[in-house]
Amino acid sequence: MLSKRLIACLDVRDGHLAKSVKFVDTKNIGDPVAKAREYYVDGLDELVFYDITASSEGRRIILDVVEAVAEQVFIPLSVGGGVASVGDATDLRLAGAEKINVNSAAVRRPALIAECAEAIGGQNVVLSMDIRRVEANEALPSGYEIVINGGRLPMGIDALAWALEGERLGAGELVVNSIDADGTREGYELGLTRMLAEAVRIPVIASGGAGEPAHLYDVLTEGRADAALVASMVHYGDYTVSGLKGYLDGRGVKMRMSW
Amino acid sequence: MAVIVDYDAGNLKSVERACREVGLDAVISNDPGRIRAADRIIFPGVGAAGSAMRSLAASGVDAALVDAFHAGTPILGICLGLQISLDHSEENDTETLGLVPGDVRRFRLDDPRLKVPHMGWNAVNLRRSHPVLDGVEPGDEFYFVHAYRPVPANPEDVIAESRYEGVFCSALGRGNYVATQFHPEKSGRVGLGLLERFAAWDGRVDA
Repeated sequence: MLSKRLIACLDVRDGHLAKSVKFVDTKNIGDPVAKAREYYVDGLDELVFYDITASSEGRRIILDVVEAVAEQVFIPLSVGGGVASVGDATDLRLAGAEKINVNSAAVRRPALIAECAEAIGGQNVVLSMDIRRVEANEALPSGYEIVINGGRLPMGIDALAWALEGERLGAGELVVNSIDADGTREGYELGLTRMLAEAVRIPVIASGGAGEPAHLYDVLTEGRADAALVASMVHYGDYTVSGLKGYLDGRGVKMRMSW
Repeated sequence: MAVIVDYDAGNLKSVERACREVGLDAVISNDPGRIRAADRIIFPGVGAAGSAMRSLAASGVDAALVDAFHAGTPILGICLGLQISLDHSEENDTETLGLVPGDVRRFRLDDPRLKVPHMGWNAVNLRRSHPVLDGVEPGDEFYFVHAYRPVPANPEDVIAESRYEGVFCSALGRGNYVATQFHPEKSGRVGLGLLERFAAWDGRVDA
């Protein structure tokens, strides 16, 4: 049976690794190519690059980063940030990305999901959703709202409805990123993750809030996620990829333990 | 020179990069002459069986692959490359190359929590010895992305199996043809090891 996946997310700004707290205050923490290689050798299951400046600035630099990583990292690579057209997706695929994440541009123009699925296969299209908790109301019945532009612009779109729409349009996976939990190190937002994982038939990747190994265990069991995404936990050396996988394996979560 | 067969079926650069990593000199080509003359052939592919077969027929690569197979050239099929080497695929109800007897069927799963495509890391258990697969240890996992599964007609063509609700064939081989449903180029060290063994394989299997 399939193993649960441990995914590391490298937020890249101007070619450097950055890490945000609640989506602002990004710090430069190193070379993404070296980090990618380090995690790969240590047993990482999948790698995500997020170009956090791509929406507003030039994006050529991320292609070079992806290409350099693809030369030496032989696990699935996923890339997002500013993907607004099939051309963007194809460029990233040629640079070496397996999967393409769409986010803000797909919220503005949902047909982008279907177009990318047609061009590169739905299994390679990841719908990445930035979500914040709100008071449930008629327009936002799930109590969760989609936010775009790196967490700056609330859209008045219900997160559950958008997840289902994304699946219908052909997305192969969902990234559920809780803005409230992001960077807090207090744990993933389990209720949100579970609600979405139970609603769709495509894999769900939990993102935002991991601070200790038990948080990964919780979201892969109680939260029903297929994969857990980490960033600061491993970027600052507090934990290693192999250490986290060993911990989850020890608690009975099916993980890939031989690499 | 090894040839990676190009037939508009997905991104071949990851296969090319992985070949380079294990020291296998390979070119991407859709030229039937080059495929017939190749020392060894990698036949990858992601996508749908119907359009893949149309593309192979349009370039004449279908006949070149069959010729290379009968000439004894070592061939490695990957994912869709494996699937269209059987006789028939349920996907688009497509007649395929017929290098290995059998067909390809969609996953039909009773457990509603299991998702199709089968995507992610899964264990591969050897059912018999094969020069390209030997070296895969119990517990080694490979990366899969597929919605259809191969069903070889002859059990002796099955080299390895995996489990997704039920058991399915995840590697098969007949003579100088060997194929994996998983992606060795995306499966880390164990995948590179498989490619390395293919690069050294003379196409023979011990009887």
